[in-house]
Amino acid sequence: MEFLLNRFRNLTVLLLAILAQLVLLAYQVKSNQEVRLIRVWAVTAVTPLARAIEIGRSSVSRFFSDYFVLLDVREENKRLKAEIDRVQMDNQFLRTQLSTADRARSLAIFQAQSPSKTIAAHIIGNTTDQGAKAVMVDRGSNSGIERGMAVITPDGIVGKVSSVYPLSSFVLLITDPTFAAGVISQKNRVHGTLRGQGNSTVIVDYVQNEEKVEQGEWFYTSGDDRIFPKGLPAGEATVVRAGKTHKEIYVTPSGFQNGFPEEVLIIVEGVHAPIPSGPAGNQPVYLLAPPPADGETPAPSLPSKNGLTTDADRLLDRYRKIGEAQNHVYGERGSGAPNYNATDDSAVRRAPEENPPDNASSATPQR
Amino acid sequence: MTEFSPDFKEPSTQILLSKFKFVSIIGISLAAILFQVYVPRFITQLSYLELPLLVTVYFSLMRRSPVAGVLFGAGIGLAQDSLSDHHLGMFGIVKTLVGYFAASVSQRFDVENSAIRFVLGFFFFFFHQFFYWVLSRALLGQTLTFDLPQTLVLAILNAVVAVPLFLLLDRLKIN
Repeated sequence: MEFLLNRFRNLTVLLLAILAQLVLLAYQVKSNQEVRLIRVWAVTAVTPLARAIEIGRSSVSRFFSDYFVLLDVREENKRLKAEIDRVQMDNQFLRTQLSTADRARSLAIFQAQSPSKTIAAHIIGNTTDQGAKAVMVDRGSNSGIERGMAVITPDGIVGKVSSVYPLSSFVLLITDPTFAAGVISQKNRVHGTLRGQGNSTVIVDYVQNEEKVEQGEWFYTSGDDRIFPKGLPAGEATVVRAGKTHKEIYVTPSGFQNGFPEEVLIIVEGVHAPIPSGPAGNQPVYLLAPPPADGETPAPSLPSKNGLTTDADRLLDRYRKIGEAQNHVYGERGSGAPNYNATDDSAVRRAPEENPPDNASSATPQR
Repeated sequence: MTEFSPDFKEPSTQILLSKFKFVSIIGISLAAILFQVYVPRFITQLSYLELPLLVTVYFSLMRRSPVAGVLFGAGIGLAQDSLSDHHLGMFGIVKTLVGYFAASVSQRFDVENSAIRFVLGFFFFFFHQFFYWVLSRALLGQTLTFDLPQTLVLAILNAVVAVPLFLLLDRLKIN
């Protein structure tokens, strides 16, 4: 025996090393548990280092952008923005403002607006998985993060928390081949399963060929998976075609439409929401009113809080208020029609409560 | 009966071993793993660079000892596993095999030659990817796809990086 072990020493060591790792692997698969101690050590050792590198990188980057490269550009930008404030006081201004707002601000706005309770987290690194379909964030169990929590951005879903450590967590991205989430199409209310493919697009599986899904249709989370609250945007169908048994639906994830996010939100208490009727990009976002110019009264042409931009919209809104003032329910059988000729005093009386004066500088939700 | 002359000497079977400081081995391995954790966040294309694998191959080739190769591979693989999102042991097993075979190969080839290093870098990357795919299917039942053309291209890219990287690491040898 000893002779054999000496003669095949190399092979014996190899077999022992592989056997030990196979046992380790089998234990994890069988018990569905991690070997937590090793992971905690490794992650705890790497997290401060990754955080320090990130802080150093962002500090250097900010230093250069603030003091060298963008010094003049930033000043000029401020001056131009002040000029724009004086001349553009309509909805387009707000949209432009929204699109130029930085991500952190958008995230804070979204966080305040979202019915779900969320925690903001910063992506500090990738995992060592090939192709990086999972990332490391700087929030862990000390911040109340738990495995399985949904991770989102204002643009859409990003992934779910797959492992939690005291100071950090791993997030499995929706592009990972093992990721799955329940989704529903916006227009035709078709249910399916969103699955990653390992590249930038995801697919919606298990949709029968007979069901109707259109190209360009948006998919939202359905809440069926008990991870993502219902009503979060998942992405837009870019390719829809019939397959052998199920439809082949390719979706561009909306969570990554503005590039890979640096900040994400982890939903710690999800609240289901209805599927929006409008496109994802036109959903209401809470924004401050534009600032009045120095020494001038603000222009009175701010759009209303519902974002009514056409005459038809305004007429519809007026009829709705008349109906409400007369306790009329539109579409109810036998209730006749409301008196459109009546003065809608009550509606007008209520209007200032709902729509504060346009010259007020308070915040109003905008579409 | 054949008789050897008194001047006859047996051909030398001693292989030129390369030695490294323990700190160098640990430092380089950690740097390779941290590179994979951090750098691809900013340069996505670099996520396909398997530096831990290249480091495993290099140290195994230079030590020329299958036992050392097994230990290098298992150590780096398990460290990589512990920072990944899958079960511990997947990279460990694959890199253990890579370390063993790389060390075995080093006893038969001149691993100081850049052309051979290129070929070995290519071969072991392909072996690593293929074996990882096999293990994922066989042990974990995952249905990962194995993209052969992409793997071949990535193997070439990794081999291209391996040659200058190995030359750089040669400077850490203790003579």
